[in-house]
Amino acid sequence: MEEKEEKRKVEMISAKEIRDKYLRHDMMPHIFCTGCGIGNVLDYTLWALEKEGLDMDKTVFLSGIGCSSRLPGYIDVDSLHTTHGRALAFATGVKITNPELNVIVFTGDGDCMGIGGNHFIHACRRNIDITVIAVNNYIYGMTGGQVAPTTPEGDYATTAPYGNLEPAFDMSEMAISSGATYVARWGVKRPNQPINSIQEALQNKGMSFVEMMSPCTTAYSRQNRMGTIEEFWDWYEDKTILAEDYEKIEQYGSEEEKEELEDKIKVGVLHKEKKKSLSERIQELIEEVQV
Amino acid sequence: MIELNEEYCKGCNLCIEYCPRDALEPAEELNEKGIHPPVEVEDRCNGCRLCELICPDFAITVVEEDEEED
Repeated sequence: MEEKEEKRKVEMISAKEIRDKYLRHDMMPHIFCTGCGIGNVLDYTLWALEKEGLDMDKTVFLSGIGCSSRLPGYIDVDSLHTTHGRALAFATGVKITNPELNVIVFTGDGDCMGIGGNHFIHACRRNIDITVIAVNNYIYGMTGGQVAPTTPEGDYATTAPYGNLEPAFDMSEMAISSGATYVARWGVKRPNQPINSIQEALQNKGMSFVEMMSPCTTAYSRQNRMGTIEEFWDWYEDKTILAEDYEKIEQYGSEEEKEELEDKIKVGVLHKEKKKSLSERIQELIEEVQV
Repeated sequence: MIELNEEYCKGCNLCIEYCPRDALEPAEELNEKGIHPPVEVEDRCNGCRLCELICPDFAITVVEEDEEED
């Protein structure tokens, strides 16, 4: 019993220790707007890194352009801040030339699905051993709230004053159908599930994709009249449903419950499979060809 | 005990909204930044550390009482 008690105390690391270990305090406070969820995504990633115990000298962070792509700048680790949408292309290069490195990519919905859409589907297809943490806020927040490929149909944006006419991309579905081996989607309001999920994504050997639905309180909220910060955060809570619950309602639910499902977004671990990653296959080929 | 780094806090007040024990409330007076930062209500916090995780600005630290004495 006493041993257990001691173990528990060792595991309880304080938030201050984590922040001192991973954050660049000279860059703080960060640039994100009041009530923006991207800060939480960074926080959850730091906790996942701590739980997984990754060697920070063997970890590289990459990002493209956008609000979410500023994240690696706040972490005290080697990082590459690349051109718009090309973070995954750079990540492919880093992982293949040096397979020992843990490669983590922060990207946004515009960076990943819009400008870098092509790189994204091919990174999934190749199943490279990288972890992609994509922040989906439904809009191009940094440039003033233009329509993004993920903006839901009918929503308002500065370039869609009468409502968006285009159907939206579902980032996680896209990742699954393109061949990623670990796909999860979470909101930012509940901390523990995303922390565990990011940890699983770091452990997975292959393309891991974690979509974080983060509220954009400046661009999206103002255009779509989402109310106060708390109301907007709660809106995400009402809009989402756990993937397990979704499947149960689809199977056994009443007609009314099934109708309610239509506007809901599934959250949870959406896909898991085991496949050989490209970097492993390249290493095997090198060993095979060398005499 | 809840410690607040006022330099980092942007006043979103999510910690006040989501605290299950209502251990935080907005300050009565504005600070230098023009926001009402959260202040602790005495004898309410049970150290669940949810505010620490929910804070998007890395501003809150929950310190356990016995740690302080050391």
